[in-house]
Amino acid sequence: MTQARSSEKLQTAFIVVLLLLAVVGLWEGAKAFSRAVNYALDLPWGGTLDLRNFNNQQLPHLGDIARSFVEPAQRNGPPLGLILLNASLFTLSSAVIGFVLGGVLGFLLAIIFAHSRLLQRGLLPYVVASQTIPILAIAPMVVVWMRQINLTGLAVPIIAAYLTFFPVTVYALRGLTSVSPLQLELMRSYAATRWQILFKLRIPNALPQIFTALKISATASVVGTIIGELPSGIQSGLGGAILNFNQYYVQGPPRLWATIVAASLVGMLFFGVVALAERLIVRWNRPE
Amino acid sequence: MMIAIDNLTQKFSAPDGTTVHALDRVSLHIQQGEFISLIGPSGCGKSTLLRIIADLITPTEGQVLVNGKPAHQARQDREYGFVFQSATLYDWRTVLKNVELPLEIMGYGKAEREARARDMLRLVELGDFANKYPWQLSGGMQQRVSIARALAFQPKILLMDEPFGALDEMTRERMNNELLRIWQQLGVTCIFVTHSIPEAVYLSTRVVVMSARPGRISATIDIPLAQPRGPETRDHDDFFHLQSQVRAALREGAGEKVDERTARRVGVDG
Repeated sequence: MTQARSSEKLQTAFIVVLLLLAVVGLWEGAKAFSRAVNYALDLPWGGTLDLRNFNNQQLPHLGDIARSFVEPAQRNGPPLGLILLNASLFTLSSAVIGFVLGGVLGFLLAIIFAHSRLLQRGLLPYVVASQTIPILAIAPMVVVWMRQINLTGLAVPIIAAYLTFFPVTVYALRGLTSVSPLQLELMRSYAATRWQILFKLRIPNALPQIFTALKISATASVVGTIIGELPSGIQSGLGGAILNFNQYYVQGPPRLWATIVAASLVGMLFFGVVALAERLIVRWNRPE
Repeated sequence: MMIAIDNLTQKFSAPDGTTVHALDRVSLHIQQGEFISLIGPSGCGKSTLLRIIADLITPTEGQVLVNGKPAHQARQDREYGFVFQSATLYDWRTVLKNVELPLEIMGYGKAEREARARDMLRLVELGDFANKYPWQLSGGMQQRVSIARALAFQPKILLMDEPFGALDEMTRERMNNELLRIWQQLGVTCIFVTHSIPEAVYLSTRVVVMSARPGRISATIDIPLAQPRGPETRDHDDFFHLQSQVRAALREGAGEKVDERTARRVGVDG
């Protein structure tokens, strides 16, 4: 079995490397192609695919993007990598706070809904509606409100939490309520209290679903944080870096691309930590 | 007197608006230490009867008294161990922790919980599997764990709802022997729902035959086979004879709804 599992891991690694090579090939291939033919393709539905777009200005070489990490972002400044590392840590800390806020809120809502069908029917539509509101539109208002009550630091986490609580509510509710009637009867036969049923049956039963939600929320909280940083004038995070390098794009296109890479790495790191926690906590399942 | 069931009637309203008579004026008195099997066709209300005794369902009419107190009080006093059709173990708990579950709920200390759970696992001969997870066990082993769990808090009454229905014949016979051994060792009162005539006769001191639509007790048959029973019991002439008797009672019960007089002749136990 261990042999089968290690060969499976090898296969996974192989596919990851293969896909990475494919992306690199496509990226650099497109650039090489556009340089060679210098040609605009008329598309049958009327548009034009200008292959000259894949120039170094619009699509920098992957090597240039990688190199930009170690080069100073400004003359005599620290290397871009260090700036992005600091920005990433700043954004990640806001994202973690937002993730915790959203996770706790989402979980509490799920527990309330699991125990009251009335509240579930009455409130769930509003919870769904909350997710249809464009976050970009209300983010500046959240910043203004938080500034008014002197809690500016919480503005961005709150925006992140807004995006993260929803999956937790939906998945946790499903996990909390999907206990079999026999398992409930078993608890009843012990004359267990509501709380005992919650903590010994419903919550453990919901853990796999809760972790599915937390993994979604982990990446969503990073995106939510960056979205929150954009309109709030916070310079220290990745949102600020994106705005900054966007503004000065012409002077150094790879810098913006490097920032995008950093943002995605932050999201993947957060996802990985949650996935690791899941493997440590949800250990009872049969190996796939 | 241990369990007194008097005039139980249970009506359900079906989705199509009609009323289903799951049980109709059922009475049964059970002595301490008896092993009672409830047998009958699907829809005769045997599982419903078991759940009413356990206070998992509240009857429409009638009452259940356990040593003089209502079923609800008996459940609050943790007099019942219930074993379900499927093992209903909690996937996230090891075998040992599954057996500890009722003890946790009833507030036993950690050391006593573990000691008792280990005792019970030894009783069902699964002492070496304490740290396994349920998925690592066969169906028969899982059901043994669930029996250990039901007995962990030493209930006076063991209620079992077709616990071996999903097992193959060989495993089933082994489980029957094991259950008899446990019953004899602990002196609990057992009420056992089954579809199997040989199982009912082999295990019971009394077989209660039920008929459907409405659910009624159509006959009760004493099983005076010698104790302790074992594989040789299965070869005994009386074993076959008593099976025939149960089978005849089941057939008669099925005819009851066409002929009301037969119902009166067979009579309702009470």
